[in-house]
Amino acid sequence: MSIALVDYGAGNLTSVVKAFKAVGADVSVISAVEGLDGARAIVVPGVGHFAATTSLGPEWRTGIQSAIGRGVPLFGICLGLQWLFEGSAEAPDAPGLGLMPGRCFRLEGEVKVPHVGWNGLALAARPSRLFDGIPTDSSAYFTHSYAAPVVADTIATTTHAVPFSSAVERGLVFGVQFHPEKSGRTGLRLLTNFLRVVQGAA
Amino acid sequence: MLAKRLIACLDVRDGSVVKGVNFQGLRNAGDPAELAARYNEEGIDELTVLDVTATLEGRRALLDTIRRVSQQLFIPLCVGGGIRSMDDARAVIDAGADKVSLNSAALAQPALITALARTYGSQAVIVAIDAKRAHGTFEVFGRSGTTKDAREAVAWACEAADRGAGEILLTSIDRDGTRSGFDCELTAAVSQAVQIPVIASGGAGTPDHFVDVFSEGRADAALAASIFHFSEHAVTDLKQFLSARGIPMRLDW
Repeated sequence: MSIALVDYGAGNLTSVVKAFKAVGADVSVISAVEGLDGARAIVVPGVGHFAATTSLGPEWRTGIQSAIGRGVPLFGICLGLQWLFEGSAEAPDAPGLGLMPGRCFRLEGEVKVPHVGWNGLALAARPSRLFDGIPTDSSAYFTHSYAAPVVADTIATTTHAVPFSSAVERGLVFGVQFHPEKSGRTGLRLLTNFLRVVQGAA
Repeated sequence: MLAKRLIACLDVRDGSVVKGVNFQGLRNAGDPAELAARYNEEGIDELTVLDVTATLEGRRALLDTIRRVSQQLFIPLCVGGGIRSMDDARAVIDAGADKVSLNSAALAQPALITALARTYGSQAVIVAIDAKRAHGTFEVFGRSGTTKDAREAVAWACEAADRGAGEILLTSIDRDGTRSGFDCELTAAVSQAVQIPVIASGGAGTPDHFVDVFSEGRADAALAASIFHFSEHAVTDLKQFLSARGIPMRLDW
């Protein structure tokens, strides 16, 4: 199976590719929207500034939306999770995909920003396919300054001065604020779980 | 709650891990990939590979070593040593590094910090500062501690953060390799001055030294080499020791 990893110029994808391969996935890095054709799943990774997501213009948005409509799972990582929301205070003019309600906000308080390091995941009570076999309070590796609000589809919450969505899950749409490719065994388990969703969706 | 990080440093020369005292007298401590795998099993939070002689000898960090170290590692990996240009950074990032650490190059051309942050994001750019106490202040040294810079450590850390650095790796030259404890005063001064995380380095000798640098020194992470190299389970034992003393640690791995 081939998972399309969208390269839109927001950071290096070496680690993400390596981690997906380690759990047995067939990944191809795509930088043109035609790459979505025939993809078994779409992964939107990315680090850095929210403005970078403007590279994912209308043709990408249409392509991804219609893929979701065909039952293709979507997985956003870090900036990719934030892009699932309506937008971000980091780049107010850049629209998000709007699959999740609300806008991303800058982390502020008596803490250091960016939020860098390992923090706990408080899992929601409802069952999650993404977190199958991962206990609540497991640690994951984060590095970000902006965060997504806690919404109805939030499946994991993390607190850094304020609580934010560290993972969302609704149907075949998934997103994580942390880096599963850098989160040790927990991260690899999560990627394995996503692969199972992809296999089940086919 | 955000955990304090323990970072194992592999000082690499010619493909082997070495360890010096006050940046001098290097001795062999093993194969980097084997050590990396062991630390990962023991629960280390992050790894740093420093090509300790790269700047002096004009070599880039050993790309082959980075590839071997990163292959089976799913925790953050930082690489430093001899990174002087965008091309140098690209080479180590393509080889598997998540972050690059700039020291002499950042002093010589601070614009490189910003250029790298724009391309890879601030999270990928660490500015390493080697500092030494003198005349009631903390002087900055470049080129593996051999060349005194005109800048002062706290001010330089603030400038580096403003220019786009995502973290500061702060090494006390006075304490490096001495096992006499971190320079908590230096660490706290920098940590309180900048918003970005500060990694304390130089002087780790006992578990209590880590308690000190995380509390008194206000460090966000602590980096050490020899304290981890020469005994099995050192990382696990240290994490449990620190957790029992109220320092937030990642204990699941």
